[in-house]
Amino acid sequence: MNGPQDMGGRAGFGPVEPEVDEPVFHAEWEKTALGLTLCAGALGHWNLDGSRHARECLPPAKYLTSSYYDIWLTALENLLVEHGEVTREELARGEVLQPGVRPERMMPAEKMMGVLKTGGPVDRSAQGEPAFAVGDRVRLSGDQVTTHTRRPTYAMGKVGTVTGIRGYHVYPDTAAHGHGEQPCWLYGVTFDGQTLWGTGAEPDTEVTIDAFERYLSHV
Amino acid sequence: MHDHSHDNDLGPMEARVRALETILVGKGLVDPAAVDLIIDTYENKVGPRNGAQVVARAWSDPAFAQALRDDATTAIESMGFAGRQAEHMEVLWNTPDVHNMVVCTLCSCYPWAVLGLPPVWYKSAPYRSRAVSEPRKVLSEFGVTLPEGTKVKVWDSTAEVRYLVIPMRPEGTEGWSAEALADLVTRDSMIGTGLAKEPVA
Repeated sequence: MNGPQDMGGRAGFGPVEPEVDEPVFHAEWEKTALGLTLCAGALGHWNLDGSRHARECLPPAKYLTSSYYDIWLTALENLLVEHGEVTREELARGEVLQPGVRPERMMPAEKMMGVLKTGGPVDRSAQGEPAFAVGDRVRLSGDQVTTHTRRPTYAMGKVGTVTGIRGYHVYPDTAAHGHGEQPCWLYGVTFDGQTLWGTGAEPDTEVTIDAFERYLSHV
Repeated sequence: MHDHSHDNDLGPMEARVRALETILVGKGLVDPAAVDLIIDTYENKVGPRNGAQVVARAWSDPAFAQALRDDATTAIESMGFAGRQAEHMEVLWNTPDVHNMVVCTLCSCYPWAVLGLPPVWYKSAPYRSRAVSEPRKVLSEFGVTLPEGTKVKVWDSTAEVRYLVIPMRPEGTEGWSAEALADLVTRDSMIGTGLAKEPVA
C-alpha cells in the first residue's frame, strides 16, 4: 500500500541530519519498546510482514510525526489489541484486567538468546526455475493495493533490468495477511535514475530494489 | 538491567511503555529477562565493530574476500556474526568507478547482526525519501563528494536481503593488520554514506 511508509522520492522532508557520536538509544523507553516488540512477536499472532503492515497502517499524520520507536510501540499496541492479548482499557490504566490469550507461547530469555542468534531465515526450497534471467528487461507491476506489498511506488510501472537472482523467498504480500508464505523467486532489479526521476535525475545514478517474481513481467 | 528508578517522574512515552510492559509481564506473555537480554544484546554486544572486522578481513584476506563474493551470509557467519536481520547478506564493493549506498525506503531494514541497530537518520524521512532520488546531494550532507564519473548505485532493501558496503581500502595501509584496518572502518562507510578513515600520518 502506498501509505506513509512509502517514502522513496517524496519531496519536502528537508536535509538529512546525522548525529555525531549517536547513542544506540536516546531514552530508556526506546530500549523497552524494542524488547517488548521482539518478545511479543514470539507469541506468534503475527510475523515480520504483519508487524510492518501494522506500522504502515498508522494514519499518515501520526506516522510522519512520530519517532521510529513510537511507530513501533503504537503498532505493537494495535496488534496486541487486535489479537485480544490486551485491551484499550488495560493500556489506559496500566494494569491487568483479564488474562492473556497465549501465555504458553511466552518466550523465556534462554530461548530468546537462540532466536536472536539464528534469526528467521525466509529462504525456502525452490520449486521450479526462475522465470527471469540476469539481463532481462522487466516491468514492476503498477497495481495499487491497500494491502501489504514491498513494491515502492517510485518504481511501480517502471522498466528495469534483472541484475541478480537472490533466492526463493517468502512472499510478504500474502504472509503479512495470514495467507501463507507462498514463496517465489526474488530478484535484484536495477532502474536507472532517468527512468525513475526523469530529466532532472542526478547523473550516473541507479537504484536496485529486491523484487519478487509476482511483481514482474517481461517487457 | 534497564533503569526503573524514576517511576515518579515519567514522560508520556515512558509511561506508555511502562504500562504495556506491566500488562504483558503481568499476564505472563513476556519474560522480563528476555527484554533485558534483547536490550543488552543490541546496546552492548552487537554493533558496527562486527561489520568493521568483516571489512578489514575482506581487505586483507583474498580467500575471505572471495568467500564473501561467493556466499556473503556464510562467510560473515564464519566470523560469528549471524542472526536476526542478517539472515541473507550481500556485500557491495566500492571501487574508483562505483560507489554503493544502502537505504530502506519502506521501513528501516538494516543488517542488525553486522552493524547493530540503525541510527536515527537512517530511519528518518529525509534519508528514506531522498537516498533514492538525489543520492549525491544526500552524500554531500554527510560531507562526501565523489569524483566526477563515479557511478552511484543505491540499494533499496525492499525484501529480507541485507546489504553491507565494503568501502575502498585507504591508501597507505599496506601491510596493516586486520585489527588496525578495522579501526579505519566507520559505520557510515558500511552503509555507503561515508568513506573509510584515512590513516593518520
